[in-house]
Amino acid sequence: MKRWLLWVPLVLFVAATAVAIYALRQPQDRLIRSRMVGQPLPAFDLPALVPGKPGLSSRDFTTGKPKLLNVMASWCVPCIAEAPQLMRLRQAGVEVDAIAIRDTPEDAQTFLTRNGDPYLRMGSDTKSAVQLALGSSGVPETFVVDGHGKIVGQHIGDIHDDDVEALLAALARAR
Amino acid sequence: MKGMLLITALLLAPVAALADSNLPPAHYAYVQLPDPKQEAAAKALMAELRCLVCQGQSIADSDAELAGDMRALVRERIARGETPKQIRAWLIQRYGDYVTYDPPFDAATAPLWIAPLVLLGAGIWLARRSFKRRRKAA
Repeated sequence: MKRWLLWVPLVLFVAATAVAIYALRQPQDRLIRSRMVGQPLPAFDLPALVPGKPGLSSRDFTTGKPKLLNVMASWCVPCIAEAPQLMRLRQAGVEVDAIAIRDTPEDAQTFLTRNGDPYLRMGSDTKSAVQLALGSSGVPETFVVDGHGKIVGQHIGDIHDDDVEALLAALARAR
Repeated sequence: MKGMLLITALLLAPVAALADSNLPPAHYAYVQLPDPKQEAAAKALMAELRCLVCQGQSIADSDAELAGDMRALVRERIARGETPKQIRAWLIQRYGDYVTYDPPFDAATAPLWIAPLVLLGAGIWLARRSFKRRRKAA
């Protein structure tokens, strides 16, 4: 046997170790991105939750105007944190609709009174069914939907101050 | 004394770290299907689906609310006559292969299946070579 062949296992071992060390040092990414981005919104029709605010159906997203679809809940703490940013988006003329996950009318109303109400519509998803159909894995998440009912973007987690510009840009691109 | 009472009260107060809704779990989150055959099919599938909020657990193992809602979704669809394969495909379409603990055979998973065969083949080849040489020497 050729002498150099003896070194092959060691070289393979070192290469595998190097790959493992490199991969372990990469920052961990636990976000689960929805594969529905680029797809049409799944058909849904959710009833209203709070008085005076209509429910939400997938047909509300074919008006020709891009919108934000905010997946939220009154029991979700980061949803409180993103409320001011959603209000700013609303003041900038953005239409924001909500899907409230596993919520009660009283809790939702208290949440809106306390943290501001940027929503035109709010659908009640008591079994997370539409959330699962959207490929969303938590609250809050915000989907950018173009005027023809196609999902063009997803923001996972609460909207920070510096995410507002990016969302406005995504909405402008969707136009 | 007053301070002690306050501390005791604080210790006894429920921990608000875990955010959960006030709604009861979905009906089929903790209730089995009436048909044992269907329930067995649903159970087998639930053990192979990843809980999206707890990530290291299957939805069969998890008490997270979203896992409960996913169990309800699986049981309702099985009861409606959908096959486990269809339900898994529906979820993969939304969450990618990450959602299943039984990922399909594709370019990314092929090395996992092929590498053992390659290594076994290389081992047999090596062993045969060295045994042959020893016989010649003997």
